[in-house]
Amino acid sequence: MVDLSVNLGGIPLDNPIIPASGTCGFGLELNEWYDINILGAISLKGTTREARFGNALPRIAECRQGLINSVGLENPGIEKLLAEKIPALRAIYRKPIIANISGFCVEDFAFCAERAEGCADIDILEANVSCPNVHGGGMALGTDPKVAAEVTRAVKKASSKPVFVKLTPNVTDITAIARACEEAGADGLTVINTLLGMRIDIRTRKPVVAASTGGFSGPAVFPIALRAVWQVARACRIPVMGCGGVSTAEEVIEMMMAGASAVQVGSANLVDPMACKRIIEQLPEVMERLGLKDLKQLKIN
Amino acid sequence: MANERTFLLTAVEPVATATWRLRLSGDTTGLCRAGQFVMVSVPGRYLRRPISVCDCEPGLLTLIVKVMGEGTAELVSLAPGTPLQLLCGLGNGFDIEATPRDKEAMIIGGGVGVAPLLLLCKQLREADRHVTAVLGFNTRADIFLERELEAAGADVIVATADGTAGCQGFVTDAIRMCSLKSDYFYACGPRPMLKAVCQQLRQAGEVSTEERMGCGAGICYGCTCQTTDGPKRTCKEGPVFKKEELVW
Ligand SMILES: Cc1cc2nc3c(=O)[nH]c(=O)nc-3n(C[C@H](O)[C@H](O)[C@H](O)COP(=O)(O)OP(=O)(O)OC[C@H]3O[C@@H](n4cnc5c(N)ncnc54)[C@H](O)[C@@H]3O)c2cc1C
Ligand SMILES: Cc1cc2nc3c(=O)[nH]c(=O)nc-3n(C[C@H](O)[C@H](O)[C@H](O)COP(=O)(O)O)c2cc1C
Ligand code: FES
Repeated sequence: MVDLSVNLGGIPLDNPIIPASGTCGFGLELNEWYDINILGAISLKGTTREARFGNALPRIAECRQGLINSVGLENPGIEKLLAEKIPALRAIYRKPIIANISGFCVEDFAFCAERAEGCADIDILEANVSCPNVHGGGMALGTDPKVAAEVTRAVKKASSKPVFVKLTPNVTDITAIARACEEAGADGLTVINTLLGMRIDIRTRKPVVAASTGGFSGPAVFPIALRAVWQVARACRIPVMGCGGVSTAEEVIEMMMAGASAVQVGSANLVDPMACKRIIEQLPEVMERLGLKDLKQLKIN
Repeated sequence: MANERTFLLTAVEPVATATWRLRLSGDTTGLCRAGQFVMVSVPGRYLRRPISVCDCEPGLLTLIVKVMGEGTAELVSLAPGTPLQLLCGLGNGFDIEATPRDKEAMIIGGGVGVAPLLLLCKQLREADRHVTAVLGFNTRADIFLERELEAAGADVIVATADGTAGCQGFVTDAIRMCSLKSDYFYACGPRPMLKAVCQQLRQAGEVSTEERMGCGAGICYGCTCQTTDGPKRTCKEGPVFKKEELVW
């Protein structure tokens, strides 16, 4: 028998698998496909201060080994998240809940964090300073170490919950941002969000997504995500949730060897809603094949 | 209940220009609501492709696929015997009961949008509704399902944009020229056609819309459209929307 449990900065998880924000709705959507209590934890869809419809359609462009999304943080707003979405999820789900919050300025983050503080069902706050799909805010907050640190400080000040800051790969040196967040008090980091990408329909000569650009994710970004996790894990002492391009149990282990304490699975859920379940089921077999008894302290030699 | 199932491709037959009928064998229990769709995984393509259920009998699923790009081209070139992974039972489907009993239903399709009308027609007929089918194509060589719909008990009117078969013009022209009447309508086809149909027809009705999808499974919100009743996911609360819900 292998041991799948991990420790995410003090929070015990039955296994390291967490569906990434924006790829599992508010939990109930994914629960229609399988009992989500098998997950290590769940990261809910990005939520902002006010409700948002998101970007115009089309919002999805297929790529080789990935996709571009420009959903643009469609969400019902923080109040509805707390009053409706989380209670509905908690009614059927017993594992840790990660609330992913986003905003256009430091105050937006502080506001959401403060409101979330009163919700005992939220176990971790994930501050998304890396959304490439909204203008003025979103990713802009995560590309400058000073601003990222400011957001971190504001969220930490407003909340006593563990705070993970979700970083964008669209920067020259991700470790500079990571260190700034750590110094500002972040309890952990989620690495990485999507890469800014674009596709053009050569028949109509128009960008495929209405917003012109969007976030690129999927298997193609795995090596980039792995590299970023490795760099950040070496540069910081706080735990890292690895994210980007993971779709197999082998990739989960690779991500953990690079330094991740837990692993988020995003786009894979879109292609196969059962992806996380499949990975969790495959993990023991892959671990046995590799002679691994547990997933703690996996390292590269 | 939506879930993933494996089907075996048993036949790929041409039915019109660049349009193919795919027959698949597998477990179809609980899947047979007209207007629902499946997400088909295509070898070598990252995302699955949304395709409407054209017909569904115990153990046999029929899809009609028009080649539009690389994914659909790959799909229709697969050899019989190839296993296909399908997310099944997706979307809300058409509301048969919306046509009052013993009343007239008009089912309107444009191009490959004709595909879901066959199962719809069969179910309306089983429920004792009269059915008139109005099918719009660009040209004679594009026509498909005309005879199958007749065999299923519909009065079929065809319109072609170039006049090579049936009435010349669009489905809306055919409905006007033939003074077709109905109590309720169902439509599926390109957006401009759906808009014209909704504007021209006074009676209540519903239409099946198309949108680019990420998951097709209700989890990514990549397909959310604005409706008069708030934002709705095309793959989950749709793809069929009541005429008055649509925002053009
Ligand atoms: C609910 C629904 C039901 C459908 N039913 C049928 C059907 O029964 N028969 C049929 O032939 N076609 C149907 N379509 C359209 C079909 O999904 C597209 O033609 C197909 O996805 C194109 O794929 P491609 O790889 O050939 O084209 P590409 O342009 O190479 O595809 C690139 C990407 O864009 C997406 N895409 C391109 N065009 C469309 C479109 N019109 N709608 C949605 N996504 C698109 C593809 O899925 C893929 O992700 C349906 C679409 C929807 C939304
Ligand atoms: C459709 C979609 C929506 C997303 N929405 C969010 C979001 O709201 N908040 C966020 O922090 N990340 C969001 N992401 C990014 C993912 O959580 C993840 O960081 C990224 O996709 C990389 O992982 P992957 O390659 O496994 O998908 C979204 C990704 C996709 C594909
Ligand atoms: S396509 Fe993912 S929610 Fe509709």
